[in-house]
Formats: sequence, C-alpha cells, structure tokens
Amino acid sequence: MKTPYNADRSGSPALTNGSGAAAIFSAAAGCFVLAVLAILADKWALIQRSLVFYKPTGPLSGVTTVAILAWLVTWAILEWSWRKKTLPARRINAISLALLILSLILTFPPVGDLF
Amino acid sequence: MEITTRALWTLIHGMGFGGLYLLACSGALVGLYQFTTSSTACECTPGQERFMRVYLITMVVLAWAAVLSGAYAIYPWYRGAPPPGTVDLSMFPQHLLMSSPGTIGWHSLGMEWKEHVAWVVPISITMVAFVFIRYGHDLKNHRQLRAAVLVFGLASLVAAGIAGFFGAEIDDQAPVRGGSTIQLSRAESK
Repeated sequence: MKTPYNADRSGSPALTNGSGAAAIFSAAAGCFVLAVLAILADKWALIQRSLVFYKPTGPLSGVTTVAILAWLVTWAILEWSWRKKTLPARRINAISLALLILSLILTFPPVGDLF
Repeated sequence: MEITTRALWTLIHGMGFGGLYLLACSGALVGLYQFTTSSTACECTPGQERFMRVYLITMVVLAWAAVLSGAYAIYPWYRGAPPPGTVDLSMFPQHLLMSSPGTIGWHSLGMEWKEHVAWVVPISITMVAFVFIRYGHDLKNHRQLRAAVLVFGLASLVAAGIAGFFGAEIDDQAPVRGGSTIQLSRAESK
C-alpha cells in the first residue's frame, strides 16, 4: 500500500494502473449490483424473502450484504489479475462511470418502479 | 432535559457520522482536486499526503459507521410494525408517514431512495481512499485514475447529501422515539 517518496516524479508512472482500475471498476460494479438487487427485491416477493438476512432490517440487509460481497469479491479477483498490468484506463473509467450513474438513477424509486 | 436512547442514536447516526461525513467531504474534494491538477500535485509534501491519507481513512470510518448504524440500529425502529388496533402511531414512524397522503411520499420516495443510495457513499469513498493511499503522489502520472477518484468522491457527496436531506426531513415528520430516557440536565423552575 505504501508508495515510496523516492518514486519517479518525472512524469512516468512508478506503478501500473491495474490496481487502481480494479478498485474503480469493482466499486462501480458493487454500486450497480446494489441498485439492481434493490429493484429485484421490490418486484419479486421470492427474492425479497430470500434477502431477509436480518429480520428487523428486512430485505435491505440482504440487498446490501450481497452487494458488498459482490464488490469485495470482484475487487479481490480483479486486483489479483490486474495489479501488474497497464490497462486501457479510459475505457474502464467510461464503463465504471456509466455503472455509477446508472446506480444513482436506478435507486431513485420512480425509476425503479418503471421495471 | 431528557432524550430517549433511540433519539440519541438517531442523533449520533445523522449529525455525528452523517453530518461529519458531509462536512469532511467538501474538504476532501478540494484536496483530491489538487491531486487532479498536475501542476499542484507536484508541490504536495509528504506531510500533506500523510494528512490526506488519515483524512480519507477517517471519512471511510464515518461513512461505514453511518450506513451500518442506520441500517441495523435506526431502521429497525423506523419500520417497526404496530400491534393491530393501534391508534397512536407516533412510535412507528414508517406507519405514521404512510397513514397520511400528505406524508406518504417521505417514505415511498424519501426513505426508499435514502436506504439504498446511502450505500454508494462507503463503497465510493473506500475506493477513493484505497487508490489515494496505493498511488500517493504517483497519481499525478495517472490522469484517468485521478479523474475517476474525483468523480467517485463527488458521487459520494451527492449520495450523502440525498441521504442526509431525506434523513433530516423524515426525522422531522416522524421522529424515531422510544427506549429508555436519558436525563441530560435537571433544570430548576424559577
């Protein structure tokens, strides 16, 4: 995690962008899974019931737990496979941004109700 | 002067964790913006970078504390079901809001949005903190990563703002009350 201060300050990266790209993409994917699960739990009683992990909190407990697990598992897999690579960050950013915006829009109840 | 334990927890959740996060977020965005501008990023000292790391880790802790206390302490009190025949719904905020056409939107739109969008905050800020700590000043050489960090930081501010606004309004319309009473001070009548 620690970056040495004697790392290159001349303009060429000391680290590859793979680790950062993995963190960015997995965060966006986690947010998107959360939004999709929230809609699914709202539409189908069976999914709603199966997502009640903690009864006092209801299906919100399952929606958030599954989304967090999806985020962390995705992050771990991508970190392992991308950490030493230099990836097309612009494309990964574009996909991540799209997933993040979709997540914010899909959690808005009137939009979720359209499905 | 008294406060109930549920009201105290709501205060800790909203004004403590959530409010502090919102305050910290604007400062973090300014700090992150400095790193997105390559000319100023070069001038960042190790001390400033260390401060920013601690600042972001504090924000991560605040964000997770806010959503976890909200979902597992406050929300169960909010959605508690009244026994059949209950007329006074003041101890059951969700049902109180849903009992009137004038307030039902605070639940069906406000709480329904807040309870989900709030989780974007800890996920986003955890990623932001990780990337910042991982890359440090080397971020100045990764324009795309810097842009993503700034966008996710901004998204966390927007999501926290939505959650904070609806949280404050819902607590105003139908406050979470109950539990044991804590005596804060004993004022004498004049």
